[in-house]
Amino acid sequence: MLHTLSIGELCRKLDSRQISSVELTRHFLARIERLNPALNALITLTAAEALAAAAAADGRRAAGEQGPLLGIPLIHKDIFCTDGVRTSCGSRMLDNFIAPYDATIVTRLKDAGAVMLGKANMDEFAMGSSNETSYYGPVKNPWDVTKVPGGSSGGSAAATAAGLAPFTTGTDTGGSIRQPAALTGVTGIKPTYGRVSRYGMIAFASSLDQAGVLARSAADAAIVLQAMAGFDPRDSTSVDVPVPDYSAALNAPLTGLKIGLLREFFDGLEARNSALIHDALKIYSSLGAETVEVSLPHLPLSVPTYYVVAPAECSSNLSRFDGVRFGYRCDSPKDLLDLYTRSRGEGFGAEVKRRIMTGTYVLSAGYFDAYYLKAQKVRRLITDEFRAAFAQVDLLIGPTTPTPAFAIGAKMDDPITMYLNDIYTIGANLAGLPGLSLPCGFVDDLPMGLQLIGPHFSEAKLLTAAHQFQQATDWHRQSPRGYD
Amino acid sequence: MSLTRQDVEKIAQLARLSITEQEMPVYVTSLSSIVDFVDELSRVQTGHVEPMAHPLDGQHQRLRADAVTESDNHEKYQANAPAVQAALYVVPRVID
Repeated sequence: MLHTLSIGELCRKLDSRQISSVELTRHFLARIERLNPALNALITLTAAEALAAAAAADGRRAAGEQGPLLGIPLIHKDIFCTDGVRTSCGSRMLDNFIAPYDATIVTRLKDAGAVMLGKANMDEFAMGSSNETSYYGPVKNPWDVTKVPGGSSGGSAAATAAGLAPFTTGTDTGGSIRQPAALTGVTGIKPTYGRVSRYGMIAFASSLDQAGVLARSAADAAIVLQAMAGFDPRDSTSVDVPVPDYSAALNAPLTGLKIGLLREFFDGLEARNSALIHDALKIYSSLGAETVEVSLPHLPLSVPTYYVVAPAECSSNLSRFDGVRFGYRCDSPKDLLDLYTRSRGEGFGAEVKRRIMTGTYVLSAGYFDAYYLKAQKVRRLITDEFRAAFAQVDLLIGPTTPTPAFAIGAKMDDPITMYLNDIYTIGANLAGLPGLSLPCGFVDDLPMGLQLIGPHFSEAKLLTAAHQFQQATDWHRQSPRGYD
Repeated sequence: MSLTRQDVEKIAQLARLSITEQEMPVYVTSLSSIVDFVDELSRVQTGHVEPMAHPLDGQHQRLRADAVTESDNHEKYQANAPAVQAALYVVPRVID
């Protein structure tokens, strides 16, 4: 079964000529054709381009080139600009937008020889935790199609879980890689802010957005992150720090690793969910790690902090969509103001408009100090507490989400209930820290995620800790019924 | 309700968003609940805490040489525009 093999195993088959990239690409295209109609995980399929890229990868291998991603298929979240291919960001606003250039991570993965199969569905402009705000309709969770896959990288997560591609890309502003990874039983990593270029990634909240990977294991994620990470002069917040060899570090022993159990993450957590985290800690203890309890008293304020900072940045970023240079334009505008307001009013969906208005309000005269400046101060308090915690421990651990996947439609009427889904993931974005979610068991036959958070630029440590856990467990090898 | 219909109309106008009659009551309710929710921050003692605008300390805006690095791609870029004439973006008449 090609779709259950790791990237390393697929690479060996390509190396030994047991299969070609064209055959591998055909296998995944056939799975997409057969399985995606029930999932709605893709917005755009690029089959012809994929087969051409696969043939080119086979040519490179025949010419003696090697590489861990040469000829390996993937699906990009539709937030990344792809030259010549529609890049919708899940929005009516960009339904007709053909990106005129590649995002840096798209270029890097192309250069590595990875083969794009298509573009993944997502919450509109990455604003959502259930993939229900997409203009292209909700994505279904392959573990139970009446449930959401999480969001905003819901199409990427569902596609990875269903074996529609060996890996997918995602973005994470408040949990948008980790939360859907948890809800679909895959491994997802949000790197440190600045680790991966944001060039060509459609902006939501620029001080929080970061690109990452969803894959079937930490070992696979390590290979992909290696290709994506690194300094990019085209992103002014990209950080020029050397990228370590993530795969080489995976087998480093965990003896003496100090893990901090985040007390605030267990307040109100259902017993069955918290039992899974404690089971995971037993595994870590058998691997030689030591656990101490850690408290970050301001952490529960991360959700209200985020829902000031993120909408404020979104209202600025999305002001570029004006119906003039690209994107949706309303019919027969009567004047320039009418063109702006109706193009935006008709082009954006309900949640995007809600966030733009929230952001406009908190930035408006008379409210800026009370909301935006206040939130920036609380953001520092939260960040300082993380820093103090990392003076005592190497990693922090807790659940990724409070519950497993919920029913489609269950939380759409109440934005606050929906926002609270990201209660455990938002802290890492506010502090710019790397976070990883990996499968750690099931509740009501639905996967749950274990979250690891580390200090800035500790991706190697997170991937190693996740890989060692996956050597001792087989939660990450489970496939939803009908997709195995 | 912490926000009135007039408040939301003002916000929508600042944000350059047309909001329909059907949408308006939903936004009055949901934006009010969001404002109430984030109001929790007002109870936090922040004293002289420095506001945090960037997640990493010690980062500063990089400068680059003042040299042309992009080629002229206006035709490709303007292919996405709703209306273009003589390489200019066309909008409704602003000055009579």
